[in-house]
Amino acid sequence: MLDLRKYNSLGEALRAALDRWPNETCLIEVDRERENARLTYRQFKEAALPLAHALQDAGFQSGMRAAIIMTNQSKWLISAYAIFFCGGLLVPLDYKLTPAEQLKLLAHSKAEFLVVEYHLWRAIAQAEGFKTLATRAVLVTEATAGADLAGAKRWEEFRSAGEPAFVPRNRQDPACIVYSSGTGGRPKGCVLTHENYLEQCMAVTPIFPFWPGARYLSIIPTNHAIDFMAGFIMAFTGGGAVVHLRALRPEFIRDAFTRYKITYMAVVPLILKNLQRGLRQRFDALPPGRRKMLEALISLNRTLTRSAPNPTISRMLLRQVHDAFGGELRALLVGGAFTEPATIEFFHDLGIPIYNGYGCTEACTAITLNDSKPFRPETVGRPVPGMEIRILNPDGEGIGEVSVRSKTVMSHYLDDPEMTSETVVAGWLMTGDFGRIDESGHLQLFGRKKNMIVTEEGKNIYPEDVENAFDGLGVKEYCVFAANYLWPARTMVGEQLVIVIHLEPGQTVSPDLTANIAERNRRLLNYKRISGYLLWECDFPLTASLKIKRGELAEQIRGTLGRDSVLPL
Amino acid sequence: MRTLENTTSEVLELAASHFNVPREQLRPDDDFFKKLGINSLQALDLLTHLENHFHIELPDYELQGVSDFRTLAERIQSRL
Repeated sequence: MLDLRKYNSLGEALRAALDRWPNETCLIEVDRERENARLTYRQFKEAALPLAHALQDAGFQSGMRAAIIMTNQSKWLISAYAIFFCGGLLVPLDYKLTPAEQLKLLAHSKAEFLVVEYHLWRAIAQAEGFKTLATRAVLVTEATAGADLAGAKRWEEFRSAGEPAFVPRNRQDPACIVYSSGTGGRPKGCVLTHENYLEQCMAVTPIFPFWPGARYLSIIPTNHAIDFMAGFIMAFTGGGAVVHLRALRPEFIRDAFTRYKITYMAVVPLILKNLQRGLRQRFDALPPGRRKMLEALISLNRTLTRSAPNPTISRMLLRQVHDAFGGELRALLVGGAFTEPATIEFFHDLGIPIYNGYGCTEACTAITLNDSKPFRPETVGRPVPGMEIRILNPDGEGIGEVSVRSKTVMSHYLDDPEMTSETVVAGWLMTGDFGRIDESGHLQLFGRKKNMIVTEEGKNIYPEDVENAFDGLGVKEYCVFAANYLWPARTMVGEQLVIVIHLEPGQTVSPDLTANIAERNRRLLNYKRISGYLLWECDFPLTASLKIKRGELAEQIRGTLGRDSVLPL
Repeated sequence: MRTLENTTSEVLELAASHFNVPREQLRPDDDFFKKLGINSLQALDLLTHLENHFHIELPDYELQGVSDFRTLAERIQSRL
């Protein structure tokens, strides 16, 4: 791999990678059984530089912002490299957001250029608020012939001949603005520097090295910090290849493992659980004799790998299971949300190496990683190299708020000095999660201090972002909370949102009101929905500017009502 | 040739039988995530079943943001 200490920016490091391994494959793009594209590092460079040149011709300059809204595919990475090559600041936006949310974040980020897939652009162009879009140029990929581009240009034709000029950046310069949340309320645009990314890559690569021939299966959206790091920066600076699937069905993922001999894949807990379910079904379908034999082999493997994974032994004992994963899998990285220990244990017992970790966008992905040496599924592992962890105000059991310090901690939240100063205090990032470091240095998590939830799909949901959906609800006042914030539970799983309702004097809960709440709830994306409501009889405490004092209200509710007061919708 | 109405009705029937939900409870404008109580992976599983039934390909990326049966049926209809 490249020695990243030598480089000042992502653009510089990636440029060196393209020159270092010109004939190695860097990208494979597959649509079901059809391979759409297979590019070497040289071909990647040949695709990106004319785009970079055209961007420069269109006035894209150092420090300007360019957003990408695309599903995982080769054009995502080609565009990102072209942006970095020009000294630009990348704004990766979530393609799963609604067009209105995407427009909001485009405005907040002040992105001047946008690269977007045609079908997503079509939805954005039809959304309310589209006319306020202030980007200077929009490049649309894969638009059909004769399509109405709503003023955009075709990405495939946006090319300029000749050698573009590489624009150097300093390590402390911002590289990306990554939104960790805030689509409805207050946007949280984490400004991450080139140093943040280079340091994170150097910290994690010794644990997950890439080399020419190593292959990463990219299924978590590339706008997510995990996939951007593993499926772009780490893979490329190590000479590896990234496999993109345009169809993310379980059957195509399974097929990709064996077809492309995958080395690494990052997943969120939901996908891991789905893989577990699929394997269980296959085990259950075995004839009793073979099933018994399999259980004996799993038990033997568990005993032999308790202190550390041993791929050779595991592959020998459970060959068929490992063959289904392609036979060359080194690690399944699971992150984005808390993973239940039982799921990790299931894979560990099969000898499938699972590395669960803990991190956040504000720390440029990983804070801790569990290397299974020894196997401790109830923890999220030890700090990655260069990461300092401090537990603030620990209670009698050593549990307190996790704070971290590292060169990977973000510079600031975009245009929000107040939230930045609350989150990064004297260089320490306040994670808002409760944890404890045990005697072997493993971090164990015990719930959140923050009023938020994280879904199994790795989505951070802040109640403030959900409240807009209930604007104009016919009650005196309402407020959305994370249930575990109202009633702290020492767990990171089963998190839910609840709406607290204060009725008008004399008002009662009518079927119309609950139907109205349910209807508004249905309009939210499935992972943002509330699970129940709570009736509160007092006025909400308000600030001078008439905002709800959420902390105070939570305290009042906590002191009066229990979790069993939540009524289902 | 199927009409959009036929296609919508077949989508509702397939969804109902695949996820064991009474057919009469499903309406074209229902959000299938909520009504069927499914997550994004189960929705992909439903797409696979619909593809097999209608003998078409439904690209995942074109269905981003589609969450109601009616729009899903329209996307299918445009490919029949």
